[in-house]
Amino acid sequence: MKYLSEYRDKELARKIIKMIHTISRKEMRIMEVCGTHTVSICRNGIREVLPSHIMLISGPGCPVCVTATEDIDKAIKLSHEPDVIVTTFGDLLRVPGSASTLQEERAGGADIRIVYSTFDAIEIAANHPEKRVVFLGIGFETTAPTIAAAILEVRKKDIKNFFVLSSHKLVPPAMAALLSSGDLNIDGFMCPGHVSCVIGASAYLPVAETYHTPCVVAGFEPVDILMTIYMLVKQLEANEARVEIQYKRCVTFDGNRNALAVMDRVFEPCDVPWRGLGVIPGSGLKLRTEYEDYAAEGVFDLSVPEAREHPGCRCGDVLKGVILPLECPLFAKVCNPTHPVGPCMVSSEGSCAAYFRYHTYNDIKSKRP
Amino acid sequence: MEVKEIKTENNSALVSAGGTEREVRLDLVDEMPEIGDYVLVHAGYALHRIDEQTARETLELLEEIFGNEIS
Repeated sequence: MKYLSEYRDKELARKIIKMIHTISRKEMRIMEVCGTHTVSICRNGIREVLPSHIMLISGPGCPVCVTATEDIDKAIKLSHEPDVIVTTFGDLLRVPGSASTLQEERAGGADIRIVYSTFDAIEIAANHPEKRVVFLGIGFETTAPTIAAAILEVRKKDIKNFFVLSSHKLVPPAMAALLSSGDLNIDGFMCPGHVSCVIGASAYLPVAETYHTPCVVAGFEPVDILMTIYMLVKQLEANEARVEIQYKRCVTFDGNRNALAVMDRVFEPCDVPWRGLGVIPGSGLKLRTEYEDYAAEGVFDLSVPEAREHPGCRCGDVLKGVILPLECPLFAKVCNPTHPVGPCMVSSEGSCAAYFRYHTYNDIKSKRP
Repeated sequence: MEVKEIKTENNSALVSAGGTEREVRLDLVDEMPEIGDYVLVHAGYALHRIDEQTARETLELLEEIFGNEIS
């Protein structure tokens, strides 16, 4: 495949690692915001080859993981409606709500269908005019435009039985919230590749400037990640806080204006709850008034009792980077990918699932400053 | 994914990766791709046409910094 093998080149990786060791002096904590980066870091053993004073911490960048329990409870309530077909991306099915999961509801007879794209959900709506089809809109700025495009298509085709339960979230406000909370010291951000493909690297300027924290947008192959760490180390050693793009083959400074315009036409920012982070102002997306006919909130009663979470689950702290997955008392004891207690163990992009799959306890313990 | 065919009537393209082909929508793409171009695809939508020249430049930059021969 094109532009992949070059970024997996062992010799080049070795040279970058050597260079990082040569130039790195300060202790630093770098947060990889995106779940796909967490997986790549774990899979490629990148933590193990860095100087011991460089700590990589995982952030809130797995869309399924940051979905509030309350939102899962709402989706489960929707699935109980007799004329409703719930459509969603696969990862969400096993995420525990207060009392059940969508998977358990499906086993119990609820009509819940996994789709690859919003257009599959529209097709289901068109083929079942007697049913109401609800799409669970989970994801960041990469996914939100696809939902927006679907809503424009539904309006164009005059389909009346398609609705969206929007739990979309925006990445830069969460990064700012993490920095302003003061819970942990983050020296630099490895910014998500695909989110940045849409929003552009310029979206991180406020974070870099307000909090004097360097941001580098990274690709997903081992050389991409090492190169990003090298760029961050270089900035931090020089006490700089700039926004840079390592992942230039997919990301520009201004982003995808077409996708941003579609998203902006349909959605407006709102305050939403994040698992572990609480409500972050302006970090969510709701349908604009002219498209609110498609909002599930307006059509269904989505009131649910206050959400309950497993008392021992530390997913919230894992998502903030306050603890490593291995420090959760449930990790690998009662919580594992087959029987996940919290969402970070469910999703393949969740930090806990990645650590479970690729790390031993001693690997990580030795890396904690 | 590599673009194999453009279907103007559906605003979509047939793309392939690793021997698998599928149709993706072009509603959100930043720059209209041509056959043979590579695109970044997310949830059934092409989002970005990968610019060969930029991809090449990144590799050249790596070569410059780390002195590696990259083919």
